[in-house]
Amino acid sequence: MVKYILKRIGAALFTIFIASAITFIIMNLVPGDPFMSEKAPSEAVLKSLYAKYGLDKPLIIQFKNYMLNLLRGEFGVSYALQRNRAIKDIILESFPISAKLGAMAIAVAVITGIPLGCIAALKRNKLADNVIRILSTLGISMPGFVVATTAMIIFSVKLKVLPTYGLKSASSYVLPVLTLSFYPMCYIARLMRSSMLEAFSQDYIRTARAKGMSNFIITFKHALRNSLIPVITYLGPLVGYVMTGSFVVEQVFNIPGLGRYFVKAINARDYMVIMGTTIFLATFIIIMNLVCDLLYKLVDPRIKLGEEN
Amino acid sequence: MKKSVKTKSLALLLIFTMVLASALAACGKKDSGDGGIVLDVSVGPEPETIDPSLNTAVDGATYINHVFEGLMKLNEKSEIVEGVAESYTVSDDGLVYTFKIRKDAKWSDGKDLTADAFVYSWRRLVDPATASDYNYMIDMVKNANEIMAEEMDPSELGIRAIDEKTLEITLAVATPYFLEICAFPTTFPLREDIVSKDPDTWTQDPKSYIGNGPFVLDSWEHQSMIVMKKNDKYYAKDEIVPSTINFHLMEDKNTILAAFENGEILFGDDLPNEEIERMTGKGLQIEGQLGTYFLCLNVEDEIVKDVNIRKALSLAIDRNYIVDSVAKGGQQPADTFVPTGLSDINVTDEFHDKANKWYSVDPADYDANVAEAQRLMEEAGYPNGEGFPSLELMINPGHEAIAEAIIYMWQDKLGVTATISSQDWAVFIDTRNQGDYQIARHGWLADYNDPISFLDMWVTGGGNNDAQYSNPEYDDLIKRVKASSDRTERMTLMHQAEDILGEDLPVIPIYYYTDLFLLSDKLEGFYSSPLGYKFFTKAKPAE
Repeated sequence: MVKYILKRIGAALFTIFIASAITFIIMNLVPGDPFMSEKAPSEAVLKSLYAKYGLDKPLIIQFKNYMLNLLRGEFGVSYALQRNRAIKDIILESFPISAKLGAMAIAVAVITGIPLGCIAALKRNKLADNVIRILSTLGISMPGFVVATTAMIIFSVKLKVLPTYGLKSASSYVLPVLTLSFYPMCYIARLMRSSMLEAFSQDYIRTARAKGMSNFIITFKHALRNSLIPVITYLGPLVGYVMTGSFVVEQVFNIPGLGRYFVKAINARDYMVIMGTTIFLATFIIIMNLVCDLLYKLVDPRIKLGEEN
Repeated sequence: MKKSVKTKSLALLLIFTMVLASALAACGKKDSGDGGIVLDVSVGPEPETIDPSLNTAVDGATYINHVFEGLMKLNEKSEIVEGVAESYTVSDDGLVYTFKIRKDAKWSDGKDLTADAFVYSWRRLVDPATASDYNYMIDMVKNANEIMAEEMDPSELGIRAIDEKTLEITLAVATPYFLEICAFPTTFPLREDIVSKDPDTWTQDPKSYIGNGPFVLDSWEHQSMIVMKKNDKYYAKDEIVPSTINFHLMEDKNTILAAFENGEILFGDDLPNEEIERMTGKGLQIEGQLGTYFLCLNVEDEIVKDVNIRKALSLAIDRNYIVDSVAKGGQQPADTFVPTGLSDINVTDEFHDKANKWYSVDPADYDANVAEAQRLMEEAGYPNGEGFPSLELMINPGHEAIAEAIIYMWQDKLGVTATISSQDWAVFIDTRNQGDYQIARHGWLADYNDPISFLDMWVTGGGNNDAQYSNPEYDDLIKRVKASSDRTERMTLMHQAEDILGEDLPVIPIYYYTDLFLLSDKLEGFYSSPLGYKFFTKAKPAE
């Protein structure tokens, strides 16, 4: 187990290095410049800006300097979005906001998605199943900005029961969390329904029924547990993506999270912010995947974590 | 038994996540209740910088205008009046300005504001090490150009403190709009002891962001809110109405509108285009703005290098249709490059009114314009657009509707086919600046109330001359304008220069910008300037 984890960490470090190298190359290949605007700065000003931020050096030297600084824990400063602000500060400030929203959204998605999926499977082809299926199909096919804006128009502008933006009070969390959790909730419900149905058709369930076990035990102890595996598989990357912030939700509800910042940085060619956030997000997602793999073993002891030989 | 332990731990993990999440959610925000007037407004998203020397944005200028004050300032009627300077004198040749700084002018931490603060700030502005985009704003000051070109040391700039409260500025050329420059945020005073210590980060902490204006920065929650409080050390503190201004940093136009309609903000600086009609009479304000929206033509391109083709493309555009049915923001159809709102020889006259119009924008004349355009196409060898190669109009996202209207007009009236190429903002700016395009959208806003702010950009080799335009006669005129201090001569020369531009047509003006914002009828005492700055110093919710 320890050996496995160490191996995974080694692989993760290598993956992060490759991800940063690729990001660095692509970001410099794309045309554009962090200092350009409708009014172009003069040649002399551009020259001193490049010199100030070390952008006048060859790319390979820039990359080397960046990686060396990174090893020292230095992420550099923003060039465009918040000129001269340390990227470490930006990440430390905006990630917790995204993560908090994301954690709440995942909790909502799991708590509602799993029971909905179970109900749908138990009431297969009945009214409840049909309603849940329509809802979940709707949920996974509606783009985030439609859900967000519709929710805002209904609850904030028309009914005036919830605030439109920001995270000023407990009530202002309601809309962003619901919007953010809607897609994963629907996805989990569908996943749960199909894997539960599959579990019901397994031999061990038939055996359990033949033994005369109660329906409750069969459903919640045997079927549910085995049907959770696909949900956990999905949960790993989901935690990674949702907790690192959604551009759409953060943009629509004006939430100062990392997801929106990341997209803005790319548009503004804010090089160091792109690098910093990419490396941070990659690391986070890799960790989440590792945690998820370890969780498999917890749910299903038959699963071996690369310990075969 | 062992299995259920694991199920339990999984459940526990989930519960833990939930509890943690809801516990974090409970951490609310503190209230700023000191009994005074609190304003909730939004003038833009997270600003790039609020360093007066580095800022180039309109929203940034609004924040700076509340925390700092220059020698001169803009009043409610957009007039230039004395700011921290209580009086000034100008030498007869218009080259030497002497400002007397108010005795009671102080910094927000209580220290006395002295003339040195301006000397430091202006030197910092032109110092190449500062790399300020707007350093050219004071290029009329003696030796400024030489310092920017690294030929002289910043200490040789034509600015000096005669004594603690007397400042003398020497210009290289007499500049009629110099006092206006003294009200521009880039020229505001700075605290040398603070700024020189942390030149890159002093603006990021309210403790070190010390100004001399009506407000102080109280807190800055990045991407969320800037809170300003009344500055008790301000010399005219009794004129400040709100005790707190909450500047909500908002980006999405729909969100701004929703927050405005919901009453969460009393002022919003933007709204979605498609909501303009609905919001008319419900808070939508349309103010003139010193700016022109135009198409920039690459005069080195094989096809559009023919001036007759450029003229035909210009005449075929129905600007009234674009303004009334597409842009819908009360804009004015453009018939010259320099927009309305800038002064002429007589400051009460408008430069635009005195200018020779490039073509008529009277709706009744559109058919005649089209006929002329068709004739020009025929003359260029493309009757009804036959054999004419397809054109490419490059835009950045958000300008699709106008671009589509324009290429439809070209197709419909001239038989010219054109395609739209929409580029992401950074790519768009880069491509246009490199001259790697045929026709591109462009927009230009004035830095100060003088037509040179518009005409200067088209000199040969100019950094913003994206049209790659070059005409020695034009260059010569602009040179003479810049060397002259006689208002009549300058304006006459600038009219001549604009006429040349109209003949050569490297640009196709579409409309003059307007500044659209949402202002609640519950807010009174608010004012804005033609450069787009918003002032809340005297604003309060109506009773």
